[in-house]
Amino acid sequence: MPLLDIRDLTVTVKSDGTETTLVDGISYAIEPGETLALVGESGSGKSLSSLAVMGLLSSALSVTKGQILFQGRDLLGLSAEEIRKIRGRDISMVFQEPMTSLNPVRSIGSQIMESIEENLGLSRREARDRAIRLLTEVGVADADRRLKQYPHHFSGGMRQRVMIAIALAAEPKLIIADEPTTALDVTIQAQILDLMARVCRDHGTALVLITHNLGIVARYADRVNVMYGGRIVESGDARAIYAAPRHPYTEGLLQSVPRLDQDRSVPLRPIRGNPADPFTRISGCRFHPRCPYVAATCRSTVPAYENGVACHFPLDASRKEAV
Amino acid sequence: MFAYMLRRLVGAVLVMLAVSTLVFFMIRLVPGDPIAVMLADAGSEEAREAMIRRLGLDQPLIVQFGKWFWGMLHGDLGASIYGSNQPVSAILMEALPRTMSLAFLSFVIAMIIAVPAGIISATRKNTGADTAVSLFAFLGLSMPDFWLAIMLIIIFAANLQWLPAIGYEPLSAGFWPWLSHLILPSIAIGTGFSAIIARMIRSSMLEVLQADYMRTAASKGLTQRVMLLRHALPNALIPVVTVIGIAFALLISGAVVVENVFAIKGLGRVLIQGIQNRDYPVVQGAVLLVSAFFVLSNLAVDLLYAVIDPRIRYS
Repeated sequence: MPLLDIRDLTVTVKSDGTETTLVDGISYAIEPGETLALVGESGSGKSLSSLAVMGLLSSALSVTKGQILFQGRDLLGLSAEEIRKIRGRDISMVFQEPMTSLNPVRSIGSQIMESIEENLGLSRREARDRAIRLLTEVGVADADRRLKQYPHHFSGGMRQRVMIAIALAAEPKLIIADEPTTALDVTIQAQILDLMARVCRDHGTALVLITHNLGIVARYADRVNVMYGGRIVESGDARAIYAAPRHPYTEGLLQSVPRLDQDRSVPLRPIRGNPADPFTRISGCRFHPRCPYVAATCRSTVPAYENGVACHFPLDASRKEAV
Repeated sequence: MFAYMLRRLVGAVLVMLAVSTLVFFMIRLVPGDPIAVMLADAGSEEAREAMIRRLGLDQPLIVQFGKWFWGMLHGDLGASIYGSNQPVSAILMEALPRTMSLAFLSFVIAMIIAVPAGIISATRKNTGADTAVSLFAFLGLSMPDFWLAIMLIIIFAANLQWLPAIGYEPLSAGFWPWLSHLILPSIAIGTGFSAIIARMIRSSMLEVLQADYMRTAASKGLTQRVMLLRHALPNALIPVVTVIGIAFALLISGAVVVENVFAIKGLGRVLIQGIQNRDYPVVQGAVLLVSAFFVLSNLAVDLLYAVIDPRIRYS
């Protein structure tokens, strides 16, 4: 049984009486201990789908359809109190903004320890010992002393390490990391991702890694879901997708980021146009206005998701040569 | 920290000196003088002049000021020019605990009302509870405190007879006698104060609830109660503390009026009687004390900042 099994999840926002679909019937599953990447531009619905899992969607948003099965239990059917008990204990999150995600007026120690106390029911002293071990594990030196310090004593990278320690506090089965490195210096990004990969491996924790950078995915994820305009447009083994993307959008994403395994003479090719705006109705395939291979069918008919890709004309070697 | 406190204390002393200088001259600009109040039309010309000389009011203003200022620097605030010529410091020392008790209890009552009211109206925004708090705040701000004081006396003292209507008992006479005499005046003063604070907490709380760290707190599976009290409230109180410092002035001016309604011989009553009688030394001493109270409470608030917000360091 998959750890997390999302089926046909649909998230909508209501404003001025009209309902707009932001996440449009996505389905995916993640096995225990696995790392799954959700990749897409901002507004593709990747963060919303994970906030829906945590039951932390803001009040204007609602899940209108679908199921979120966690260990076989549908989280959408749980009461607020039941979902609260799952948060932190079974599923935890690492957020994008380490600078604002920690409470500025409370010490680092208290912010780690309260999760341990709440979710594992340990005493204050045991929680403190565990917090010190966790901080040391995520690479914060002199943890004993740093427990008493406040977030403003920590750099961005260090704060993200603290966030990871908080996420690990209660040994959850799943961590959702929402763009955990986007706000950090490039030199720190790899350190944080290496750290997340290591702790998830050591603790056997499954990881949903949300990112807009397809480049980092191949190295850290087992599988990838590429999202565009609230839908999953391609999914599959991370290496296979990296080597041979089948959706034109995936290809565009790969061509628009620098790759270390490529000849430097190959120019970067950004995807033309802007990310799909959920408030603008687009007929057919939502990617068609930006697609270099667009055909008449793409404008009229929504492509079905089959064999890991939602495209009328999935890319393959022969097709690439023709263009 | 120490250097900061020292600088602030020096500043406080300067403010108090400026205030006392101002008051010295302003009270003498008020029409009428103590002689007219004391002798009315009865006194003869000789009696008048004798009294003026006795009080030193025949000397130039600047000399009078110099004498008073010199005395003040040596801890001598002069004596009341009435009756038994009680020293001003003794009068103030008798009045101070009453006003302090009143201000303290008003503050406690105000916070007991304001904090839950602010939290409830922020977390249940646009519900019946929020509207009720807004209504309370509106009423609390619009009701003059002396009117509220009279209403409280009519209801709780005169009709229900739960609490004494007037007077004051020192704490040494027992906790309940002390408290029972202060409850009604404290409510009268604290209500308007709590209305302001409740509104402040509401708006500041609404902002804090949107913060990223609240989402983090939620992702840890904390209960609503813990999230509100441990994560949101300390952050929401930071801007509120500023207002509390400024609004302390409200408590004092509230005390001046309300002490009169409840016949409590506190600073307010001393001040008003002093002004009515043109009892210059008493007024000067009382104003000096009130300004000290105000300046020190603002200093306390600034120091309190560092306690609730670890990002603030004084140097």
